Amino acid sequence: MAATPLWAQLINLLAAVLLLLAFAMLAQRRVLTLINLFASQGLALASSTAIVAFATGQRHLYWSAGLTLILKVALLPWLLHRLIRKLDVRWDVEGLINIPMTMLIGIVLVVFAFNLALPISQLANTVTRATLGIAMASVMLSFLMMITRRKAIPQVIGFLSMENGLFFAATSATYGMPMVVELGIALDVLVGMLILGVFFFQIREQFDSLDLKHLEQLREEE
Amino acid sequence: MTATGFLSQLLQLAIALLLAPLLVGWVNQCRAWLANKSAPSLFLPYRTIRKLFHKDAVVAENASPIFRLTPYIVFAAMALAAAIVPSLATDLPFAHAADAIALVGLFALARVFIALAAMDIGTAFGTMGARREMFVGFLAEPALLMVLFTASLLSGSTSLPTIVETLAHRELAIYPSLAFAGVAFTMVSLAENARIPIDNPATHLELTMIHEAMTLEYSARHLALIEWASALKLFNYSCIGLALFLPFGIAQGSFDWLAVLGATPVLIAKLAVGGFALALIETLSAKMRIFRAPEFLGTAFLLAVLAMLVNLLLGS
Repeated sequence: MAATPLWAQLINLLAAVLLLLAFAMLAQRRVLTLINLFASQGLALASSTAIVAFATGQRHLYWSAGLTLILKVALLPWLLHRLIRKLDVRWDVEGLINIPMTMLIGIVLVVFAFNLALPISQLANTVTRATLGIAMASVMLSFLMMITRRKAIPQVIGFLSMENGLFFAATSATYGMPMVVELGIALDVLVGMLILGVFFFQIREQFDSLDLKHLEQLREEE
Repeated sequence: MTATGFLSQLLQLAIALLLAPLLVGWVNQCRAWLANKSAPSLFLPYRTIRKLFHKDAVVAENASPIFRLTPYIVFAAMALAAAIVPSLATDLPFAHAADAIALVGLFALARVFIALAAMDIGTAFGTMGARREMFVGFLAEPALLMVLFTASLLSGSTSLPTIVETLAHRELAIYPSLAFAGVAFTMVSLAENARIPIDNPATHLELTMIHEAMTLEYSARHLALIEWASALKLFNYSCIGLALFLPFGIAQGSFDWLAVLGATPVLIAKLAVGGFALALIETLSAKMRIFRAPEFLGTAFLLAVLAMLVNLLLGS
């Protein structure tokens, strides 16, 4: 551990930052800050991918880093910001569970994810295998965020940040997926975001609110 | 116990006792500057303590012996803690008596007694302050322990001098776990030392106070000891923080006059910077509602646990 090269230290640091940002998103009350946190998570992801690309000489990872930068740091946050302006929703996010409790559940999830990742990361032979646990933890934290949030937009941000976690897991376990798959996922996320944006308007038109608990009333008349 | 070790122990204790009020004075001065006020004298805490020692003590009629004993117990606990925390040298014979966990226990002992004394008189303010202190304390203690565990995991020991020696001799590298633990420790120290996001040290007779509410009934020499003890507490927390996160410049190995004399200005410089940072944090943040404290300290606990987990996973 004393002789780890600088880039490995930087990857570890960025992995830790990713985990921290996942928790920050979990605890965040304001939607606008949530989007900014999502953008910074994308930035951390892009820089760590670029560092892995630099350290291992995998050229295609530079492309994925660039793609992450454009899509997750610029485009998606911009879309989300525009959506919020159009929907005129700047309310504070209400969770189903209070925030300290959510964070404690988050810690339990992190311990679980670290334990789960330990045998898998021993099988991998990449230099970044230790960060697999952190990647899985951030996937689970995003899951938790989707579960505990009541409103539509935080849930979508949770979904997007889950994709961040998956991407990071792929980078740390196998130096990224093939380019075709990555492009496909990137497009999927983008299109998904656009469709969900349309959905928001429909939901609001129908219920005058973006609270998803109203969707439970969508039953056929008996 | 070697004679030289005993010397460095005594010297460190004396410096802690002497410098603690100066640190408080310095923080107050920085706060005044940052708020664009004319600053009080740097030596005001010394004068306050001297003035209080010359006054006659007034004790409430229904006070039990606990009330009289508490200032001495609190002061002794803080002085002992100052002897354990390696601020100048790591060759401390007393430090074998208590490791990092026992140190947290010492702080807890002082807290329990001061809360008991506050409830002893039976005034509304005292009881309220004691309840709030325990409320903050039970949230801050686990976070503090987790921070110390993180440092212990890195160095493989819970004894503070060993931790400092290991951390000071490590190779220069980025330790995400230490960064998390550092932030967590800062948050815990703010809460434990009755600083601004949790408590305001500058208020008297306000409904929001915590620490001051508990010491309202004390006067003269008792109050002097309590004030001195809380200055020592701030000094101790600063020294723990410096020892864990900036352990450079502390005299290591067996006692050596030159090393200890060289470590003193380094310590003073580090404390001056730390005190200014504390004043800056206090000026920039607003006091929280008391029921926001769990969230603040929960975040500190979370960061400390993350530090430990990241340390276990990444080994750094």
